[in-house]
Amino acid sequence: MELNPQQLVFYLFALLTIGSAVVVVTIRNIVYAAFSLMVTLFSIAGLYVFLQADFLAATQVIVYVGGILVLILFGVMMTSGSLDLKLKLERGQLFWGGVVSLTIFGLLLSVITNTPQWENVDIGASQEPTTRKIGEMIMKEEYLLPFEIASILLLVALIGAALISRKEVRDE
Amino acid sequence: MALQYYLILSALLFTIGVIGVLIRRNAIIIFMCIELMLNAANLAFVAIGRELGDASGQIFVFFVMTVAAAEVAIGLAIIVSVFRHRETINIDEINTMKG
Repeated sequence: MELNPQQLVFYLFALLTIGSAVVVVTIRNIVYAAFSLMVTLFSIAGLYVFLQADFLAATQVIVYVGGILVLILFGVMMTSGSLDLKLKLERGQLFWGGVVSLTIFGLLLSVITNTPQWENVDIGASQEPTTRKIGEMIMKEEYLLPFEIASILLLVALIGAALISRKEVRDE
Repeated sequence: MALQYYLILSALLFTIGVIGVLIRRNAIIIFMCIELMLNAANLAFVAIGRELGDASGQIFVFFVMTVAAAEVAIGLAIIVSVFRHRETINIDEINTMKG
């Protein structure tokens, strides 16, 4: 089987994504799991670039790697007495977890393979950045209202997080 | 690359996330696995959006990222709060509300 460079890059990123995701699920040290999640998120950003979604790739790196992962690391530091936690598995849990997830995988796979081929819209010429298009769709067209609602959601989440995680102050 | 490869990759990633949620007992690890599942869905969105030549898929991913950020902020606040009260984040020991 000849691999052209395109396929080689795709398989490289796919392998990186799956491999590091497996490490997240299986490794015992929770900090290593967080760093492995970082590799996953970065390689998904790489796949976005490969899919000509440059804006999303940048957003992925900024929001997920720069924001969410740092938050998770803070959570790890604030909650773990011992970083090395035992991965104790009960046999029944592993069995039923495996059954459920394999069922889901089989279902997804059957849907993917049984879906008729998509009409291949030729977008060969769309090499221009997507930022402009996304910005126009969000600010001018049908996605303006969801955008505003998302901003309110973020504000609510911010206030709620600050309220929930503060120390309790008793009224005198 | 054909669309199917991306969708299969996405399905694999989602399944790994499901396995993690089902077999791990640490709340933060479960959190990371939820992030994996969200990312799998995002990947499928972007791949299908490119295949159809439509940027709407990317906008949905944008909103999913927003919701994920909000979810992580609230979720970690709850986890930290629970840890303060119970000194553990093993979800098998946090079962006060179990019927």
